[in-house]
Amino acid sequence: MSAYLHKVFAIVAKDLTTEVRSREMLSSMGAFAVLVIFVFAFAFDLRAARSGTTIVAPGVLWVVITFAGMLGLNRSLAAEFDRGSFDGLRLSPIDRSAIFVGKALGNFVFMSAVEAIVLPLFVVFFNLPFLKPLILLSVVLGTIGFAGVGTLLAAMSASTRLRDVLLPILMLPVALPALLAAVKCTAGALDDAPFELWGHWLALLTAYDLALVGLAFLTFDFIVEE
Amino acid sequence: MIQVTGLVKQFGPLVALRDLDFSVAPGEFVSLMGPNGAGKTTLLRILATLSRPTRGAVSIAGHVLPKGADDARRQIGFLSHQPLLYGELSAEENLRFFAQLYDLNGIERRVDELLEQVDLAERRRDRVRTFSRGMQQRLSIARVLLHDPRVVLLDEPFTGLDPDASDRLAGMLRRLHDGQRAVVMTTHDFDRGLALCDRALVIARGQLAYAARRDEISAAGFRETYSRVTRQ
Repeated sequence: MSAYLHKVFAIVAKDLTTEVRSREMLSSMGAFAVLVIFVFAFAFDLRAARSGTTIVAPGVLWVVITFAGMLGLNRSLAAEFDRGSFDGLRLSPIDRSAIFVGKALGNFVFMSAVEAIVLPLFVVFFNLPFLKPLILLSVVLGTIGFAGVGTLLAAMSASTRLRDVLLPILMLPVALPALLAAVKCTAGALDDAPFELWGHWLALLTAYDLALVGLAFLTFDFIVEE
Repeated sequence: MIQVTGLVKQFGPLVALRDLDFSVAPGEFVSLMGPNGAGKTTLLRILATLSRPTRGAVSIAGHVLPKGADDARRQIGFLSHQPLLYGELSAEENLRFFAQLYDLNGIERRVDELLEQVDLAERRRDRVRTFSRGMQQRLSIARVLLHDPRVVLLDEPFTGLDPDASDRLAGMLRRLHDGQRAVVMTTHDFDRGLALCDRALVIARGQLAYAARRDEISAAGFRETYSRVTRQ
């Protein structure tokens, strides 16, 4: 087990070091996320009643996270395929699931880094208390599901010519339950609604993470086999 | 060390390899030649466990593929067309990363040793993206040898190298020919291929078209035979 984790962390460390030096993924994800927030901030009338903004804001947050995340997921696997280094990983005597966990953890960290920029911007632009513990929990759970499933689907699409189009086409229907649940959780926590009214969405989000990320973990070997 | 029997590889309707049989003994250096699209790279990728055969049996160092692929990978070093390295990592970081994946002991000592061997010790902290093609190829050789594999697979290692870099690489490949490892190298360079090998194989249209021991063939005779068997 420790050897397995050692390899997983070697892959995560490699991805982080590569990204810190190239800043390819984080800069594009971050710039995209900030621009989308600007567009939404100007597109919606923020002078509207606070309740109106509250209705819109959770959805906007998850639109930003979803599309910025997809941008990063695409780059994360496409870069490995383009330079052939994914074969280097596949040649190594490691369990394929370790590659999946390593890449998914890396993607989780990158998405979290973007969310760390996005959430304070939402506080500023929408003037809403987005930095609540339950909202952060929803964001973490949503990001786990998104990074896990997205890593599998990005691996599927990365070797195709249509990967830029294919990933959203594959990803959005599969991620829809998680997105819906994440939006409902964020809205419930933002409105300070009683937990009984939206707790089942948090349960759905957790179940989604366990089921879909588990499925991705088990099928990655099959997906990356040529 | 390598045993291939009745190997068939199909990509949809396209048959890339047809009923291929051959073996490579420990310590033997085999040069595999053939025109583009003959199936050389497909064969090497199957031997490297990167691709599954459609039919037939492949055994590497006693491990039958695909079932024994995980164990076989510990015995295989594969040099691909691409360097399989990370441009943003330094030479030593690349080797250290792959050494971790191979669970090697004494990683630092092994990395130092290999960087010395491939003449990159002075550039060890430089990022690989700043390296020339020849330097990247030398570092790739170090990656291939990191875990001291018993089977070395080289896919057109001289492609894109200038004459000096090619000579340097040839010297390194000669050192691989140490009587222990089985080496299979695909190449379009007849002179290099024949100079390094114990046995030359020609593959055409996915089939083994010609095989001869090095001491049975002359360079001129090989060219003529190659033209004949690949045109048929």
